[in-house]
Amino acid sequence: MIRDYFRVLRVDLATGRGRIEEIDGRDTQAGGSGLAALLFDRMGFPDRGWEDPAQPLILAIGPLTGYFPLMSKVVCAFKSPYHDQYAESHAGGRAALSLRFADLDALVITGKTRRPSCLVVGSRTLEVQDVPYLWGKSVQRTGRVLRNMFVGSGHRSILRIGPAGENRSALACINVDSYRHFGRLGGGAAMGAKNLKAIVILGDASFELPPGKAYAPLFEKIYGQLTATTMMDKYHNLGTAANVAVLNRIQALPCRNLQRTSETDIVGITGETFADRTLLRNTACAGCPVGCIHLGFLREKFKEPNQYLYRQVTYDHEPIFALGAMLSVLDPFQVLTLLETAEKAGLDVMSAGVALAWATEASDKGLISAKETLVPLKFGDAGAYVQAVTHLGLGANDFYRLLGRGTMKAAEHYGGSDFACVLGQEMAGYATGEVFFVSQALGFRHSHLDAGGYAYDQKQKGKEAAAAVDFLVQDEKARVLLTSMVACLFAREVYKEDLLAECLKAVGYGNLAETLDDVARRVQEMRWRIRLKTGFVPESVSIPNRFKQVVTWQGPVDAEYMESLQQAYSQRIREMGKPNV
Amino acid sequence: MVMKILSTPRMERCIGCHSCSLACARLVYQQLSWDKAGIRIRSTGGLSTGFEAQPCLACDPAPCALACPTGAFGQRRGGGVVVKRKLCIRCGACAAACPVDAIYLDPAGEPFVCIQCGRCVEFCPHDCLEMVEPPAATTGDASLPEARP
Repeated sequence: MIRDYFRVLRVDLATGRGRIEEIDGRDTQAGGSGLAALLFDRMGFPDRGWEDPAQPLILAIGPLTGYFPLMSKVVCAFKSPYHDQYAESHAGGRAALSLRFADLDALVITGKTRRPSCLVVGSRTLEVQDVPYLWGKSVQRTGRVLRNMFVGSGHRSILRIGPAGENRSALACINVDSYRHFGRLGGGAAMGAKNLKAIVILGDASFELPPGKAYAPLFEKIYGQLTATTMMDKYHNLGTAANVAVLNRIQALPCRNLQRTSETDIVGITGETFADRTLLRNTACAGCPVGCIHLGFLREKFKEPNQYLYRQVTYDHEPIFALGAMLSVLDPFQVLTLLETAEKAGLDVMSAGVALAWATEASDKGLISAKETLVPLKFGDAGAYVQAVTHLGLGANDFYRLLGRGTMKAAEHYGGSDFACVLGQEMAGYATGEVFFVSQALGFRHSHLDAGGYAYDQKQKGKEAAAAVDFLVQDEKARVLLTSMVACLFAREVYKEDLLAECLKAVGYGNLAETLDDVARRVQEMRWRIRLKTGFVPESVSIPNRFKQVVTWQGPVDAEYMESLQQAYSQRIREMGKPNV
Repeated sequence: MVMKILSTPRMERCIGCHSCSLACARLVYQQLSWDKAGIRIRSTGGLSTGFEAQPCLACDPAPCALACPTGAFGQRRGGGVVVKRKLCIRCGACAAACPVDAIYLDPAGEPFVCIQCGRCVEFCPHDCLEMVEPPAATTGDASLPEARP
């Protein structure tokens, strides 16, 4: 629905009641990242801890959600269980269109239920149901039960957590429609702290098209660009998993807890191998014709003779890097098994893999033993990792509970901080060099998607910190605009600012279209302001020694350059996030 | 001229993007919707088992047209229905008569059904949909009695 304000449903889990609020700010915040920041600014409590029931869990879509292809993502914002600061995580699935057709620009959840609960919202629905019988159930089992409990197959989204979220692990994700995730920074625990096992969003409303003749032809033009050209080929062909071989070739793939940046036997887990041997089919987020979600096929003999079961597991570059390359697990089916185990527990697979890579090296170095890990960890031992992932999800003992708060927390206690692969949070799958390391370590989401630092490392020569930081800040601003719409970042080469303005005008947001640069800057600054207000100190972010020992195709990483980048970027973050006078 | 009908011969390829439904709603019904459309997609028991369409099968004779008391739904040559929305009294008889749940009734009871125009076809990125000539009519053997319990 096109309107010059935000229509927000605010639900208090303690009472099971909610209210629709009409909030101004469409022309200044756009939606998505901008709307989430606005809502946290008004409804969040920077000085209180993340577990405080009053803290909001925010889901926000943008002005173009559902109106154009690949406008198919949701921004989830919360005070992070990982660092107790303001955080965003993004996901697709059917959540974005479901929120659109629930007629909500945002859903804000506060309070805590007495018993494990499921929140159900739609354009004509608001209920909080007790679901104590789902507590402790895996993500997959929970999804299966909920699918049969509610109407709307195909036109709804089911968000749920696994045991990791219930146990308030900072590595817990929110699973979205089985194959997508609000993965990072502990969104699952933010739900768990509210006793909220699941959120069902019913997309059951429809809207008149915007007036005027511009909309439908513009849709067709963009749809044609996305489907009839080769622009999106890499996403639906091998998918992001294609990066495994590419990065390995240029010595930029983090392997074996980043002890090295390429693996001789990488062929077992390249995107090509996954496609040849495991790919069952592709699927898509609602509203996106690209179909980048790759589902691998896992066949398991559970009984002799010839009794098999099968599972479908989604894979991408990042999960393969984390539970494959980082653990030296180089068989695609073993990687899928690990991914499936992490999915079941409701763990973010990237964080879990990097955490266990550290635990393995810490075991090698004698800092911890099987007394802590319960099962001896050895690089390449997939069977042990299956058990370890389960222990991590369940928080099986003090060690796993501490590791579940983040690798660095465990390293501070047991030793081994210098080889903990943490850049703000567990690293992403790029060892391209200084700019990426600093970009993730200081980035707003500590994500490889905050800005293209990995691309800068690969393209730019020279080591001028100011130029690199200029790039990061500008690129972040462009991405903030996209995540305020909320576009999939895979469409960033299509949705440049001019086209976004044209789209906004076509649906009736003419004012917003005129001021996109200002909006992007405002949202970028506002996010940093909130982040700093909730405790972020960019200057004190520690980049562990392991990153300074990395050797890429460009040679050894330059620690001094990295230091100057961190100083320059910290200064820019301070400038962007300075308090409003 | 043969009036073609919409078929869904390759739904195994469907990725669940809903582009077909959204196109129908946008181009035929001037709506932003994945419900108010002549074709709708749902998962076949969870996303892990793939997707199925809920299209009109272009019956001839069409039970929905036979059930419509006001002539809003009329028989289309080649199968399916011609819809005259102004005549509709929103009784829902069409949806109740449809054997494959291909007619969506909005909350006000207004029916949305495929009109066999094929505009959705070009929006399917995996070529799941196709306009085809209708099969030969199966009028049945009039010499046999109707099977009724």
